[in-house]
Amino acid sequence: MMLDDFFILLKQELVITAIIFLLLFIKLGKDRSNESLLRIINILLFLNLAAGFCCGREGMLFNEMFRTNPLIVLEKNILNLAIWLISLQSYSWLKTHKHVIEFYLLLLSTLLGMFFMISSGNLLMFYLGLEMSTIPLAAAANFDLSKRQSSEAAMKLIISSAFSSGLLLFGISLVYGTTGTLAFSELPAHLSVNPLQIFAFILVLSGFAFKISAVPFHLWTADVYEGAPVAVTSYLSVVSKAAVLFVFVSVLYTAFKPLAGVWYNILFVISLATIIIGNLFAIRQNNFKRFLAFSSIAQVGFILIGVSASSQAGTASVIYFILIYVFSNLAAFGVISLVSAVAGKENISDYKAFYTTNPLLSWVITIALFSLAGVPPTAGFFGKFFLLIAGAGKGNYLWIGIAALNMVVSFYYYLRVVKAIFMDANEHPIEKISIPVAPKLALYICVAGIILTGLASCVYDYIFSLSSGF
Amino acid sequence: MNLSLLIILPLITALVILFCKGLKQVRTVALIGSVAQLGLSVFLLWAYWQERSDGNAAPMLFEFDYTWFAASHINYHIGVDGISIAMILLTASVVVAGILVSWTMDKLSKEFFFLLLLLSMGAYGFFISLDLFTLFFFLEIAVIPKFLLIGIWGSGKKEYSAMKLALMLMGGSALVFVGLLGVYFQTGTFDILQISQMHIPLEVQKFFFPFAFVGFGIFAALFPFHTWVPDGHASAPTAASMFLAGISMKLGGYGCLRVATFLMPDAAHAYSWIIILLSTIAIIYGAFATMMQTDLKYINAYSSVSHCGFVILGIGMLTQTSINGAVLQMVSHGLMTALFFAAIGMIYSRTHTRMLAQLGGLLKVMPFISTVFVIAGLCSLGLPGFSGFVAEMTVFMGSWQNPDTMYRLATILSCASIVVTAVYILRAAGKTVMGPLGDDAYRHLPDATWNEKLAAGILIIGIVLIGVAPFLINQLIGPGTETIMLQVGKAITLK
Repeated sequence: MMLDDFFILLKQELVITAIIFLLLFIKLGKDRSNESLLRIINILLFLNLAAGFCCGREGMLFNEMFRTNPLIVLEKNILNLAIWLISLQSYSWLKTHKHVIEFYLLLLSTLLGMFFMISSGNLLMFYLGLEMSTIPLAAAANFDLSKRQSSEAAMKLIISSAFSSGLLLFGISLVYGTTGTLAFSELPAHLSVNPLQIFAFILVLSGFAFKISAVPFHLWTADVYEGAPVAVTSYLSVVSKAAVLFVFVSVLYTAFKPLAGVWYNILFVISLATIIIGNLFAIRQNNFKRFLAFSSIAQVGFILIGVSASSQAGTASVIYFILIYVFSNLAAFGVISLVSAVAGKENISDYKAFYTTNPLLSWVITIALFSLAGVPPTAGFFGKFFLLIAGAGKGNYLWIGIAALNMVVSFYYYLRVVKAIFMDANEHPIEKISIPVAPKLALYICVAGIILTGLASCVYDYIFSLSSGF
Repeated sequence: MNLSLLIILPLITALVILFCKGLKQVRTVALIGSVAQLGLSVFLLWAYWQERSDGNAAPMLFEFDYTWFAASHINYHIGVDGISIAMILLTASVVVAGILVSWTMDKLSKEFFFLLLLLSMGAYGFFISLDLFTLFFFLEIAVIPKFLLIGIWGSGKKEYSAMKLALMLMGGSALVFVGLLGVYFQTGTFDILQISQMHIPLEVQKFFFPFAFVGFGIFAALFPFHTWVPDGHASAPTAASMFLAGISMKLGGYGCLRVATFLMPDAAHAYSWIIILLSTIAIIYGAFATMMQTDLKYINAYSSVSHCGFVILGIGMLTQTSINGAVLQMVSHGLMTALFFAAIGMIYSRTHTRMLAQLGGLLKVMPFISTVFVIAGLCSLGLPGFSGFVAEMTVFMGSWQNPDTMYRLATILSCASIVVTAVYILRAAGKTVMGPLGDDAYRHLPDATWNEKLAAGILIIGIVLIGVAPFLINQLIGPGTETIMLQVGKAITLK
């Protein structure tokens, strides 16, 4: 193994590690104000994002435990982008927080775990990465130190994660028992449609379903989202979900390829259940974070349609949609995080007549919700369209038809929020919020992303050219 | 000419509006933009005549094809034929008129005009699309502004109406989406012209045609999915009502024709009896429901259900004349209903009521507005000399060419609905403009201002022009309907 191989293939992980150490040293050094700390961190995270774009290469490390290719680099870049945006958006909240550095240490450790998980070429490596990303996240969920809800959320997150990890580990051990290997490249040769292996596979799949909060493993989502600080909620709903979905696609398409017939049917059921239940629950929510929790559950159902396609278009549409989802969801969370930090209000009913006091933020959140609902010209429309086209390639029009009609249902609850913002009267609307530079930048980037990612076809073409399927 | 200008122009106008300050600047920019649109559409008409008289017989002119998403065979493919040009002219006239009647819209004026222009952009894009994806994209763009326009600036139970309209139209586009996917996977392309060259198997057509047709039908008030029409129109502000009736419902009719019927002619043939049944019900039901209304806007909205029934009827009858009639009816109904809503808006802004019982004798105090109102009404009931007569007559003539008993029966019944139309129109017009003054306070109400006169004038010119010289528009749309009939003819001979 050449040393420069090591540096190039692991560059994104190494940069994150370097930032983590740097933060530790800053912590040891003299006291700095939160503002200057946040400025440094945001610049570091931006450099981290920029570093991700240079010199990517295909290759394997550590006896095929770790693999990377342009697509994986792109996936990591999407996560880097998301964490930078989240960091910018949390500015108002972290400005007064006592433990800024610790917060970022936790967040970056989880990111590191996710990177290893995405790059894993082996179920063991995958499991290690997953655990490394989960445990610090639970601690981060507890970061509203004075709120009891926050610790409750952390507790729920850690227990449900532990449970799902248990399922996953059981599944992995059964896979190992029946095949004698854990490497993605060797698994397909040893897998066939026999009951024990299917059972093992279903356990692994349940572990995944937990992490992406697909029905019936979605119950933890709303409570955790509601209790955790907004920054962590957006991290959970965007970064952590995206990372697991990336791995999910590659695991299904490589390691469990022989079981494609099995997982197609499972995905069919799970996806429809996820879309329908996510939608039905989202209709009745009043807390904005819970609302977005259920809406994100429904979105996962749509993503699973793309996953089921098992074609190049399938992979491409999933990654494309996740990129769009990063922009749209973070735009929504960005506004919520500002409002929550300044006015302390998190209910949809508090947003009534929001437009009269905060027109800019209202438009941002409206565009974000339209993108989540899949309305053109926002990118969400293109994202959903490609997911459904990819899924329809298998000829299952029942699935596509129900999903398309569910988009109408989802439309209802997104429009309900828009109605509250623009049309309802309110005697005490949320006061005018002055937006600091960092969150403003993040919101502009999100809105630009929402509009350009869809209309500029080069983004999809690029992702498509990197993707593969079977 | 470059057709993309039709999309770019409203977009730029809308963006400029965002940087304007105050109602005066906003409305000036909006008016300039919309007049430029109208000019552009007239220029397009002229360029089209030039091309045609030079002997260019291609089905679509001014085509432009740009590969948008190569991986999914999605192109930004645009082009026009006579039918699209008729629709574009209609859209442009209604947009100018709509902006003129909103001259004093002082509540959130910037947003209001922005959304109006966005809506018009969606409509133009829809009418020039030759790619199913692009078409669908613009169809959905045109939905959201309606929701906001009704919900924010509407009156009455506006939130309910806005939500109902948005959900039903989104439901419609979901159905359209499934229909389009079916066609796409059968043919491997989204290109309308290419698809029309291929033959989709009958079973596939039979399965996907209802999705596409009903989906677009919801936009065009197809019975029993017409229920958004009365509420939506009644709650919307004047300009939005005009846009809804004049532009938005035409998206549906055009889609039924260009997508459903043109691409799946076999199925259109197989299902024509259902289409005719539903449209006949809509025509008669709409007419009778209108008789019972006491609110001017509801009267016009329900009569729209009835009139749009003629569009669907003409398409369902599948003869060249009837399809010609359907297109004529779309244009005529668009102009006439927009005019009607404009007149109602003018009356309402002065008397602050739309209820028949409280109105009366307006001819004495506001002769211009009352005359406009009566002209719109007479056009609606099909008086010769106005466009309504020409359009409905053509539909009936085309329908009668179908020798089948049931089709004849449907034609007779639809014809008979005109009597009902006469009843409600004459009642509404008589009650509003004739007789004693409804309230003494009306005595000093001012007549139309210059902008209102101009708005009404533009629409009336269109109505009278079609009514007096129908051959002009017939020549325009003739080649377009011939192309469609060629497809349908293939389907019939294949049987």
